[in-house]
Order: sequence, then C-alpha cells, then structure tokens
Amino acid sequence: MAYSEKVMDHFANPRNVGEMQDFSGVGEVGNPKCGDIMRMYIKVEGDVITDVSFMTFGCGAAIATSSMATELIKGKSISEALKLTNKAVMEALDGLPPVKVHCSVLAEQAIKAAVSDYYQRQGIDPTPIVGDIPECEECGCEI
Amino acid sequence: MDNAVRKVYVDNAATTAVSEEVLSAMLPFFKEIYGNPSSLYQLGQEAKAPLEAARATVAECLGAKPQEIYFTSCGSESDNWAIKGAARAQRRKQGKTHIITSAFEHHAVLHTCQALEKEGFSVTYLPVHQDGMVRVEELEAAITENTALVTIMYANNEIGTIQPIGEIGRVCKEHGVLFHTDAVQAIGNVHIDVKAQNIDMLSLSGHKIHAPKGVGALYIRSGVAIDTFLDGGAQERGRRAGTENVAEIVGLATAMKRATETVDERIARLTPMREKLIDGVLKIERSRLNGSREHRLPGNVSFCFQGVEGESLLLLLDMKGISASSGSACTSGSLDPSHVLLSIGLPHEVAHGSLRISFGDYNTMEDVDYILEVLPTIIERLRNMSPLWDAIQTGKVNYDSYM
Repeated sequence: MAYSEKVMDHFANPRNVGEMQDFSGVGEVGNPKCGDIMRMYIKVEGDVITDVSFMTFGCGAAIATSSMATELIKGKSISEALKLTNKAVMEALDGLPPVKVHCSVLAEQAIKAAVSDYYQRQGIDPTPIVGDIPECEECGCEI
Repeated sequence: MDNAVRKVYVDNAATTAVSEEVLSAMLPFFKEIYGNPSSLYQLGQEAKAPLEAARATVAECLGAKPQEIYFTSCGSESDNWAIKGAARAQRRKQGKTHIITSAFEHHAVLHTCQALEKEGFSVTYLPVHQDGMVRVEELEAAITENTALVTIMYANNEIGTIQPIGEIGRVCKEHGVLFHTDAVQAIGNVHIDVKAQNIDMLSLSGHKIHAPKGVGALYIRSGVAIDTFLDGGAQERGRRAGTENVAEIVGLATAMKRATETVDERIARLTPMREKLIDGVLKIERSRLNGSREHRLPGNVSFCFQGVEGESLLLLLDMKGISASSGSACTSGSLDPSHVLLSIGLPHEVAHGSLRISFGDYNTMEDVDYILEVLPTIIERLRNMSPLWDAIQTGKVNYDSYM
C-alpha cells in the first residue's frame, strides 16, 4: 500500500486544520471503533462557505481526504459543496489504495453532516436538501 | 522532509539486516560450492558437508540432535508443517482431534488452526490476560483425552511478552500431549533448551536474527509422528522435499550461533534501552505499555496512545527517519485493529493507537534518545487535530481504566 505524493502532502501539511470557534455548522462522522472520526466546521455567509476547517482522528488517508475536502469546498456555494463526491476527493488526491476508499466517503459525509447542522441551526429541515447520510457500517467497518 | 534526517530502524521484530558475518559465510555457496547436496560427485558433497554442519550448529543452539532439525523456507512454513503435520498424524494414529492454542498467536498459527477446524478438528483458543500472558492452569484445564497438540508462542511478536514455556512443556508432558512453540521472536533473546523445556516442536526463522529472508527451521523431537510436508525427493529425511537452500541454510546456522552465544550480552545491552524508552514514553499523558513489563523480550515494546491513530503516527515517525510498526488495522489492510491488542482486553478505540518499537543489535541508546525527542511532539500534533482526543479531554469518553 503506497500513498500518492498528493496524499502525503496533504497528510504532512494538512490545510484548514483545527477547531473553529465562530462556525455556522459542524458535523462529525465515523466511529472511534473503526479508527476514524472526522469533524468538519463550516462558516456560511449568504449561500457561500467562506471558511472551513477539520479535525480528524484517523489514518494518513483520513487526514489527507479531510484536508483535500476542505480545499475543494472553501469559497463554494452550499449546493456546490453538496455535489462533492468521494470520487472527486480521491481524484484530487491522485487516487487512494482500495482499502482507504472509505476515508473519502467519510470526507463526503462530513461535509454533508456540517451542512445539515447548519440548516438545523437555521431551523430548516436538512433532509430534503442534504439527503440521508449513510452510517459507518456502510463503509465496511467490522465492529 | 529534512535532508539530513537521522535514520533509526526500530522494527527488528519485523525483519533485520543480514550481518556481514552471515553474508560472508553464504557467499561461497552461490558461485563456487554450488553443487546439489544430493549429488554424489565431489562438488555435490562439498555442499553436503556444510549443510550437515549447519544442521548440527542449529541443533546445538537448541539443545537438540542434528537429525531433529529440518530446514524450511520460513517461520510460517515451520508453523504450518508442525501444526498440520502433527495434528493429522495424531488423528490418524490416536484418533485425537483437539488442539489448544492462544488467542494472540501469529497468523501463521491462528490461520493454520482455523484451516484444521475446517477439517474437523476442534480448537481451544486460550484467553490472554491483560499482562499478555497465557495462564498455565487454564491451559492444563483445557487439556482433554482428545487433545492432540498444544501450540503456544514463545514470545509474542506484537507486544513482546514471553510465555512460561518450560511450565507449559512440563504440563504437556505430564498429560502426554504434543507441544509446539513458535519461537521466531524468541531466538537470541532467551536461553532455549528443547529437552529441558519439554518442547516437541519449535519453529524459527532466519531473517529475525540477521540471516536472510526465505530460510527457517523446524525442530521435531525424535519419535514425534508428523506427516510429510512436501512430497518429492529424499531431502530433509524424506519429509520436506526440495533441493536445499544451502547458502541461506549456512547463513541461518551462522546467525543462530551468533544469536544464541550472545543472549546474555543482548539482554544486558537492550534491556536498559527498553527500560529508558518505557520510562520516557509513559511520561506522555494517557499512554500505556501493552503487556507485562517484566516478562518481556529485551528489545520489544508496545504502547498505546489515547486519541491517536497508529498509521498516522507511523507515517510521521517515518518522516523523522524512524521505522517502527503498529498493530494498527490500517497497516495490515483491514479496518480491524490488532487481534493481539484486542486479546489483552483493549477496546478498539485504544487499540487503534498502538506503536511497536523493537530494538536489535544495531540500535544504540542514542536511538532511544532520538525517539524520546521526536515522539512526544508527534503525539501532540496528532492529538491537536483529533476529535477523539477532544472528546477525551472534555470527558465525553473515557478510556483511563485501560491505561
């Protein structure tokens, strides 16, 4: 199992890492039993995600996908961010080893969870907009 | 990455470099003494003599007779042969179909036992306690009239704990049950005497003791009924066919002699390094040593760090030039954490954050100092971005009872 240079770059120098104080929404996905948890913070102004940050407990791929996902949605509209797929995150990282694909799924879920939280805080039901966020076992974790 | 990063290899439980002494001993057998040891002409016999000398050397290192040593390709092969060969022979000759092993064996043993379950054998997987030790009384209680074989590792590869092999051997002998031990990690770190310890079969591997990868051996006590492993020629007393890997067998014997002659020096040199590392690492908040501190290989230590994931830890250590390993699921290509760490009672959440450091003959106290300089910063860096650490800090979850 080898990581691409881009994965190693985002792992070694993660972008937008750390806690955010004045966030508009925060989502956490994953499970410590599976060995990864991703927390994504977003700051929304109008319809635009003006700032984003993450905290991740997990492997190299989990940290790199979190970092890349934040880069891909920063400055984008919420609807654009919701269109971000795990595949796009993987492609932006020049691929992931097969066993690490679930990390990119977590990154996609984390964004959706943060957006859902944002809508909930606005008093808006997020389900029709964001859809269901699949549970951990669907990414193949055996617990 | 720094250009002049210090290189510290501390994964000697995974493999070791071939020593100069071993390499020199092997070299003549590639181009000069290349004959087939089974050939009658002089070139063949020139290869036969060192092969048999190597057998005598390995036997002497274990307190065995030369005809009780069989060369194999690796430790896993030795385990497969010993367990499958003896279990099947026991079933055929005595009708016995029960095997006793432990929950934290190497996969070469565990998966072999699982394969035998599919053939109709029943297997008892003894629990391993929090100290990483099998209890002899529990083993004795598990023995029945149907028990064909006990297989318990000499020392655990992931956490380094040394099992009470002499006591297990005595109990097995008293009950007339065969006893096999995987001693791959133990060679060179403990004094082994297969007769005194009542060991019927013992697996060992060359590449953990500065011989090359691809050579191992199995000790089979005279009189133990065991099926042939590879059908074919008459090599290895007709039990393991295939032209002998003479060069590497000579390398293995050279390495065995060095490793077993220097056990006391190795213990004296590595133990203070290990102890300094343990003392230093346990100063890190919410860290733990896995397994007994006392019954432990001189150079093998395993830790867990709350709120940290093992693979990230290894990657950051690697960037600092430190080659170590982890029981981490991610490194083995599975999402489950190490079966060894789960077997000593750790929850998944803690077992994910493991680090194994295994020192060898080429490590120094300066390596320990370097690890202690680098490791706390890396742990802090990972914890600073870890939502699990955040949850631990704010008291949402608590794993301190495992520390």
